[in-house]
Amino acid sequence: MRLIVNGQGRESAASDLDALFREEAEETGIDGPQGIAIALNGCVVRRRDWGTTPISEGDRIEIVRAMQGG
Amino acid sequence: MTDIQNDTPADALVIAGVRLSSRLFIGTAGYPTQSILFDAVAASGAEVVTASIRRVSLQGHGSDTLRRLKGHRFLPNTAGCETARDAIMTAELAREALDTTWIKVEVIGDRETLYPDVAELLEACRHLVDDGFTVLPYCNDDPVVCQRLADLGCAAVMPMGSLIGSGMGVANPANLELICRRSPVPVIIDAGIGTASDAVIAMELGAAGCLLNTAVAKADDPVRMARAMRYAVQAGRDAYCAGRIPKRGRAEPSSPQLGLVGS
Repeated sequence: MRLIVNGQGRESAASDLDALFREEAEETGIDGPQGIAIALNGCVVRRRDWGTTPISEGDRIEIVRAMQGG
Repeated sequence: MTDIQNDTPADALVIAGVRLSSRLFIGTAGYPTQSILFDAVAASGAEVVTASIRRVSLQGHGSDTLRRLKGHRFLPNTAGCETARDAIMTAELAREALDTTWIKVEVIGDRETLYPDVAELLEACRHLVDDGFTVLPYCNDDPVVCQRLADLGCAAVMPMGSLIGSGMGVANPANLELICRRSPVPVIIDAGIGTASDAVIAMELGAAGCLLNTAVAKADDPVRMARAMRYAVQAGRDAYCAGRIPKRGRAEPSSPQLGLVGS
């Protein structure tokens, strides 16, 4: 399935946001969901709802984290 | 009266009903090392620390950095956003990522000066206040803009001392004094502070607090500068509350004039 994650096209086998987050975490070395937020097609999805939020072809997903800032 | 036995003045800063232990807000970006960042934040005595929201990437960025600051109150920002829409989205993501309703709203209208885009800023703040956020906007040192932001329900206003990262200090003290005198909400001077005397001046003008980052992070000794800023903010606040003497054009002897030897 083709998704747009953080502005870039990518293939994913994930069927929900939790699975997609775990894929992303594996790749980027993130060690957990703390400090992370996800938006699906412009709407923020609460962490507790990741596992029950299905994703489908062409979805636009933002996965962000809090980091140092001024 | 101030409790002089205690570092914390009796007139502690309260924002949105939250009593803060320090009037200094400190940024967490650009320190030479993580360990210097943690030491500098500790030395500053700040309770509020700022954070940013960025897409996850392969580069990392020290995932446990913010976790190690969790005893502090996070103030995430919308730095880099150029539209109300992006700022609102970033604020919503920040609320989820850091589990806080506090947000420093920054909407930039010009990449060279990083001046706020006032129209977009007002729109973003209106939306975020309505959505239940505790909104602290970075804004121009303009009394009307600050009044409009307060009228919208912002919890504080954060006018610039001078350009972000410039270290030029308080560029327009007359404006900031006017804003501080008239604002119905706390005024935090944000941006431009270069050294301790700049922070003292900001506080002596009547600011409720100072937010700074680069002045500490890029100092030769960030930990020592953080400590200097801690004392500067306290000193400026005390001087403002104590009430300075009027300036006069002629000398006024401070020692008694009677009983001079040889008279």
